[in-house]
Amino acid sequence: MTAPADATKVRGETILSVDHLVKHFPISQGVLFKKTIGQVKAVDGVSFELRRGETLGVVGESGCGKSTLARLLMRLETPTAGRVTLEGRDLLRAGGADLRRLRRNMQMVMQDPYTSLNPRMTVGDIVGEPFEIHPEVAPKRSRRQRVQELLDVVGLNPEHVNRYPHQFSGGQRQRIGIARALALRPEIIVCDEPVSALDVSIQAQVINLLEQLQDEFGLSYIFIAHDLSVVRHISDRVAVMYLGRIVEIGTEEQIYQRATHPYTQALLSAVPVPDPEARDRQTIIRLSGDVPSPADPPSGCHFRTRCWKAEEVCAVQDPQTVPRAADPHPSACHFAEVRTDV
Amino acid sequence: MTQSSARPTPASPTPPGGHLLEVRDLHVEFRTREGVARVINGVTYHLDAGETLAVLGESGSGKSVTAQAIMGILDTPPAYVRGGQILYQGRDLLTRPEEERRQIRGTEIAMIFQDALSALNPVFPVGWQIGESLRERAGMSRADARRRTTELMDLVRIPAAAKRLGDYPHQFSGGMRQRVMIAMALALDPKVLIADEPTTALDVTVQAQIMDLLADLRRDLGTALILITHDLGVVAGVADRIAVMYAGRIVEHADVRALYRAPAHPYTKGLLESIPRLDVRGQELSSIRGLPPNLMAIPSGCPFHPRCPYVQQVCVDEVPHDLVLGDGRTSACHFAQEVHDDSAG
Repeated sequence: MTAPADATKVRGETILSVDHLVKHFPISQGVLFKKTIGQVKAVDGVSFELRRGETLGVVGESGCGKSTLARLLMRLETPTAGRVTLEGRDLLRAGGADLRRLRRNMQMVMQDPYTSLNPRMTVGDIVGEPFEIHPEVAPKRSRRQRVQELLDVVGLNPEHVNRYPHQFSGGQRQRIGIARALALRPEIIVCDEPVSALDVSIQAQVINLLEQLQDEFGLSYIFIAHDLSVVRHISDRVAVMYLGRIVEIGTEEQIYQRATHPYTQALLSAVPVPDPEARDRQTIIRLSGDVPSPADPPSGCHFRTRCWKAEEVCAVQDPQTVPRAADPHPSACHFAEVRTDV
Repeated sequence: MTQSSARPTPASPTPPGGHLLEVRDLHVEFRTREGVARVINGVTYHLDAGETLAVLGESGSGKSVTAQAIMGILDTPPAYVRGGQILYQGRDLLTRPEEERRQIRGTEIAMIFQDALSALNPVFPVGWQIGESLRERAGMSRADARRRTTELMDLVRIPAAAKRLGDYPHQFSGGMRQRVMIAMALALDPKVLIADEPTTALDVTVQAQIMDLLADLRRDLGTALILITHDLGVVAGVADRIAVMYAGRIVEHADVRALYRAPAHPYTKGLLESIPRLDVRGQELSSIRGLPPNLMAIPSGCPFHPRCPYVQQVCVDEVPHDLVLGDGRTSACHFAQEVHDDSAG
């Protein structure tokens, strides 16, 4: 299999840019006469850039909008507002052949390897299905061979092309999902919790595979996960989401060593460290309460209801995700500071 | 600190009067249409009053089935206990009639389940569900049960407990539902609490809250805890001792600190090494090769041998005994000492 190597494609240049992306789901009431009584603000103004060859980790707790973000990027959901630029074209306004071409370039690996594969299709049909939609990528007679190459690339036995998903373990199924995502030779792969359904010993195998494929094919990943140590391992840059917004974004080092947003600090401090001796030194920031409902987020800073630094200004003024004096990476906090007690 | 002489059985110091709870050489199999799955193959562990034992394993290792056997809530069929003993205060629960086991459930040993949403009844208020065992088992009047329920909800730190008695499970968040489950389990003041993946469905910040709560309850009430989990991070924070399960066996058993410092079984070592850590960022993660065994065809000898980097012919031929490595720690590996020394070095 040949890598989509192209001299004009420079590692590090912006490949995808997302600008103020918004998705509000209506909450409706009534049977005959439906009326909208509110909005769930799943994604509420998200902006970031993805560079060629990098991995951007997206972390956040359930309900923060990270999976909706993935679905918006894939255009599985129609955004309420915002702009997504891929290869210099507006992905959200593209249609027809244009959209088809753009979609080829961005593929997705789903979370659950048990429900994301059709149990009635053979592995060969699953991995080869993208070629039905994009026949220009592989002519019909070479398809079987291409599928077998793909299985080989992800570490599966190419002879298993006629088997069904239930004949594979969870980790192997996730490899099938990865092979399907690779079929059209995309430059970007959106991974939505790709290892969270897998056992620890299998997680490492799949993470290694993703990294090896990135090196081999120059892929860019958007890697969505709630496991902060996995994200740290694989990501070049990390975005932290809370209630539909990116509250902090920066390099792996900026986020994990010099986080300035209180939510990021609390999230990092709560990670269960697998080392009892390090645990004794760990100072956990204990957040009170639960994440507020995205249907009715707090005014101003969304995090202020659980924040120990909150003052009046936080309720009134919405903090922008911009570089702060404490550390030059974007953070959405009026009182951004690097934690000094650790 | 270690001794190289290998004795066939672990010499666990038994306190006078025996352990509070002891599982001895338990065997459980599942009889299915496809064949017999040998899910538990000789599990032995014990729990003393007031301590926390973590049972760590991946899916299919048998950690939850062992707990279900202790509680007497195995689904039969397909599950059958094929041998062994479960001693609670010296009495073998497996030989007791169902009526006696029912008396022990809840009052002596209680359990918290992973998924609070499906473990709670959606059509009854949580106050009614927590109070059920108080009315039915402790014979309390409705008014007394209500008062005690409010106390229990306060104990597990559900805010405005008195106002929330009449709320239904769906009106609570995931973390609060797990607190309701804990309140239910504590209602009859059990001596042993079994928590089966209590925080797996929760976010990290909420997970930290629940683990704190469990640690506080254990300190304040003196309840002994069996914590069943797959998460090496959760274990490190709360447990005194840890038993690692693989293919229905305890493969390693040690004090938590000793185990994290230097695992003595290749499986434990592999698990610890496969966690992403700061010092291996940008490098390949070490992983355990291959797949967990098919329980209908467990490999000969040591069940871990097809995945083990230390494998020798003896591993294929002979089932390893628990080797005692000093400090009461054991490892079911023919090369336990070597593995331990490698990890320590």
